[in-house]
Amino acid sequence: MPSDVIESGRLDSPLIEVIGVSFGYNQLEVLSEVNLNIYSGDFLALIGPNGAGKTTLIKIILNLLKPKKGEVRLFQQKIKEFKDWPLIGYIPQKATHFDPLFPVSVREVVAMNLPQARWFDFWTKKMKEEDVLRALQVVGMENYIDERIGYLSGGQQQRVFIARALVTHPRVLILDEPTTGVDAPTQEKFYDLLARLNKEEGLAIILVTHEIGIINRHVNKVACLNRRLVYHGTHGEFCQSDFFRQMLADGHHMIFHKH
Amino acid sequence: MEVLWSGFQYGFFQRALLAGLGVGLACALLGVFLVLRKDAMIGHGLAHISFAGVAVGLFFGFLPLLSALVLTVITAGLLIKIRQKAGVYGDTAIALMSSFGFAVGILLVSLSSGMNVDLFAYLFGDILTISSLEVKISLALAVAVVLVIIFYFRNFLFTTFDPEAAQVAGIPEKRVEYLLTVLAGITVVLGMKVVGLLLVVALMVIPAASALRIARNFRQALVFAGIFSLSEIFVGLCLSFLLDIPAAAGIVLLGFGIYLIILFSQSRFRQRS
Repeated sequence: MPSDVIESGRLDSPLIEVIGVSFGYNQLEVLSEVNLNIYSGDFLALIGPNGAGKTTLIKIILNLLKPKKGEVRLFQQKIKEFKDWPLIGYIPQKATHFDPLFPVSVREVVAMNLPQARWFDFWTKKMKEEDVLRALQVVGMENYIDERIGYLSGGQQQRVFIARALVTHPRVLILDEPTTGVDAPTQEKFYDLLARLNKEEGLAIILVTHEIGIINRHVNKVACLNRRLVYHGTHGEFCQSDFFRQMLADGHHMIFHKH
Repeated sequence: MEVLWSGFQYGFFQRALLAGLGVGLACALLGVFLVLRKDAMIGHGLAHISFAGVAVGLFFGFLPLLSALVLTVITAGLLIKIRQKAGVYGDTAIALMSSFGFAVGILLVSLSSGMNVDLFAYLFGDILTISSLEVKISLALAVAVVLVIIFYFRNFLFTTFDPEAAQVAGIPEKRVEYLLTVLAGITVVLGMKVVGLLLVVALMVIPAASALRIARNFRQALVFAGIFSLSEIFVGLCLSFLLDIPAAAGIVLLGFGIYLIILFSQSRFRQRS
């Protein structure tokens, strides 16, 4: 279902527009003619089998990769002209895969995302200390501000990375497989936190995930990618769809939808 | 003690101390980033290139420090290009460039007679014969390197810790990598007279490795690496003067000793707790 059909009733402009994007590595086509709009308040699960192009699409949205065809517009601007990157918070797939011996404190991890107005900003003690503290309070990690991040648990580290993304007051948060290697109760809390940020702060969230359970509980939109965008709809429609039934039957690593 | 005190009166000892401390500080600060980027051997590779630079300088009669600087900085840029564009593994690119540099150096040495003695000073370090011009160049460049690190601290830290997120935050990751490699090239050349090109990587890696074991945050890591490096060079030079041992060996062995002490005391502490 094309995204403009779902969004036809909306009056506000999308925060992110993916327009006819195609991408390939050498001869292999990874993405084909993908159209997708993200609006304020969306909590979108981007799902699909391994190698479906989910991470590639995210990287194109973030200007880390250039599409072969099509374009991405961010906040109504062409991606080349877009300068307000603090409006987009990003937590990479490998965020928690850093070297545990890396001697960096929670405070430094969050502060490194703050744009520096002056070169010495990072060095002054009062450097937006309040911003860092507030971001950590939102994720409930303010008591760990001076801890070395390598000493925290996987779930705690994820919260710190959310704080790092939040410190610039973004309007969109993009998370790529954020709970890989985190136990089930911690995942639960983590997704509750995202749902709260989505509802209370109006933060639009794009979540790349394999977890179908999460899709049911928290998200309000679902996009399924398998090189093409094979499904895009609201959460309610998704649960009614043949597509969802097939997913449940096949298991979430085996999604092959024939349109 | 009196012998040591008299040492401080000598011009050559003062020059050695000044150059050594300046270069040591720059090496240690840069080393923290290089070690964390798993790129510690880039110092070793660039040192071999600077060998060619020294040989060119001695062969054609330039100041070897300057010809080495020019050649090493250019090669540092090439190294990054090769890595980014040609799809060569990082360590393979270093091995390619360093062996090429060393081969050029050997060729030039064999073509000329009488420069073997001078070359030895660069291979194994000869800080006690450092000239006042070399001291001035070393100090000025060491100060410049430290200033650049302070200036670009956030960019260096962010790209080292999480390159992808840093790029999204608008930091030009490739340019930062290029800058770090060029700075590494400059400090390697400066470190050559202090401990020699075969040991210069030690000035970058050992204080950083020691500091990374005990620091609780990144600023501490930089401060500890700086303190370790300065004290190792100071004490190493004093020992070399007192015991008449090569300064390079004294400095490096002292640093290695400190690293071992930290390593063992940490493992004992862990066993107890």
